[in-house]
Amino acid sequence: MERKKTPGRFFSGGYLILVLAFIYLPILYVMLFSFNDSKSMISFSGFSTRWYEAMFENREMLESIYYTVIVALIATVVSTVVGTISAIGLSKARPIIRTVVLEINNLPVLNPDIVTAISLMLLFLSAKIQRSIVTLTLAHITFCIPYVILSVMPKLRQLDDNVAEAALDLGASPWQALTKVILPQIYPAVFSGALIAFSMSFDDFVISFFTAGVDVQNISMYVYSMKRFNPSVNALSTLIVAAVTLILVLANLIPALRERKNKKEEL
Amino acid sequence: MKSFFRMSYPYLLWIALFIVAPMIMILLYAVTRSGNGTITFSFTLENFSRFLSDPTFLRVLWTSLRIALLTTVFCILIGYPAALFIANLPERRQTLMILLLTLPMWINMLLKTYAWRGILMNFELESEIKVFIGMVYDFLPYMIIQIHTAIAKLDRNLLVAAYDLGANRWKTFLKVTLPLSVPGIISGITLVFLPAVSSFVIPKLLGGGNYVLIGNLIETYFLVAGDWNFGSAISLIMALIIIGSMYLTKKLDRSAGEE
Repeated sequence: MERKKTPGRFFSGGYLILVLAFIYLPILYVMLFSFNDSKSMISFSGFSTRWYEAMFENREMLESIYYTVIVALIATVVSTVVGTISAIGLSKARPIIRTVVLEINNLPVLNPDIVTAISLMLLFLSAKIQRSIVTLTLAHITFCIPYVILSVMPKLRQLDDNVAEAALDLGASPWQALTKVILPQIYPAVFSGALIAFSMSFDDFVISFFTAGVDVQNISMYVYSMKRFNPSVNALSTLIVAAVTLILVLANLIPALRERKNKKEEL
Repeated sequence: MKSFFRMSYPYLLWIALFIVAPMIMILLYAVTRSGNGTITFSFTLENFSRFLSDPTFLRVLWTSLRIALLTTVFCILIGYPAALFIANLPERRQTLMILLLTLPMWINMLLKTYAWRGILMNFELESEIKVFIGMVYDFLPYMIIQIHTAIAKLDRNLLVAAYDLGANRWKTFLKVTLPLSVPGIISGITLVFLPAVSSFVIPKLLGGGNYVLIGNLIETYFLVAGDWNFGSAISLIMALIIIGSMYLTKKLDRSAGEE
């Protein structure tokens, strides 16, 4: 099908630009106002970096960033390890057990966040466990593992069972079969599972809100509970947007660059 | 190979403790009455009848369903053409467009909603319109990506065949592309409607104090009123509605597939 310059193409191009404009409008808006001279979110009165300076002096905000990152890192590491190991175990389980466990595993993904949140809150309160950064991290691990399993499981199903069997027959220990044969084959799925887990944890509000207790708050909770509007939030958003963009560009660029290098070597 | 199954034992314990047990707790609280600090295990359906017999609660439920439905419809209306146009781009630009659409999804939803609060301050709008804009904004990328995946999977030869057989573009779209992209629309609906029904951040931040959806009701009963029994019953009712609508959309998907 030849692609010609037709009025239709102008229309579709214009439409896509409008959709992108809608999606990027709030992001560009906060970026602009993060450099605003005044506190207003309506009129831009002049360029300044005062809200960035204010951000680094705002202890409560810095603390919330610290908690967000710490909890996300712990939840990512634990859920990636546990999720991957469990997915490998489950892939060798009897089909009926696998199906039942995967259905339960799906619950936190399908359930509305608020239901997962109050169910965990009821658990902690009934068990008389004081809500703290520990319960917050436990909750995050709980809702991150299912995403890791969902990411790793399809890849495991594509694997040839015989390769691991062969390794065992040739005298490899189960541990060697796992680390030398299975893991290298599923590595990309484990990595993308970890990435999803990190972003789920980093962005979570609802579940954190119900399970964190009073003296711990992440970025989302800080923004939600702000009494009065604080323009430093714009500065924080801008920094997060910059970091996310950088990570995504690198994640997309590195494989492309590697491919190009491989091609060059082939020549 | 059976020894490998043992590797999932820790997780089996974990889901029993942190997924199954908490869900049972909601169920237990929903069908019991609260005593003085301790739960008296007397079975009751009082919490459910209290919700279903009060017009105020029913109105909140209706508002939640209405705005979630409206959001879903608009996400399809705006998202479908976008997905279709993206699928018609050369492959490189398709990847770029999908990357541009996914990027904002990685940015904290609270921060984006807060940005909308700033933008919408410039306009005099009703609370419901503000909440509606916030919701369409938040969920649109999911809808576009789901529909795009379905259209991109479509076998291009089918389109060529339709043209060869004399169908014009419009007819090809109606008879080939649209029916084959229904699975994408369905998975888009589950990704938009379900979280929209239960959302409580967007109504709170954009709708102001008096715009209450069912999620806000649950929050109030748990964190302000401290009535966990009634709060559990409300969330069970909401979960049942969500499971029911999911079952219906799945059925719709299957009947569309049989055609």
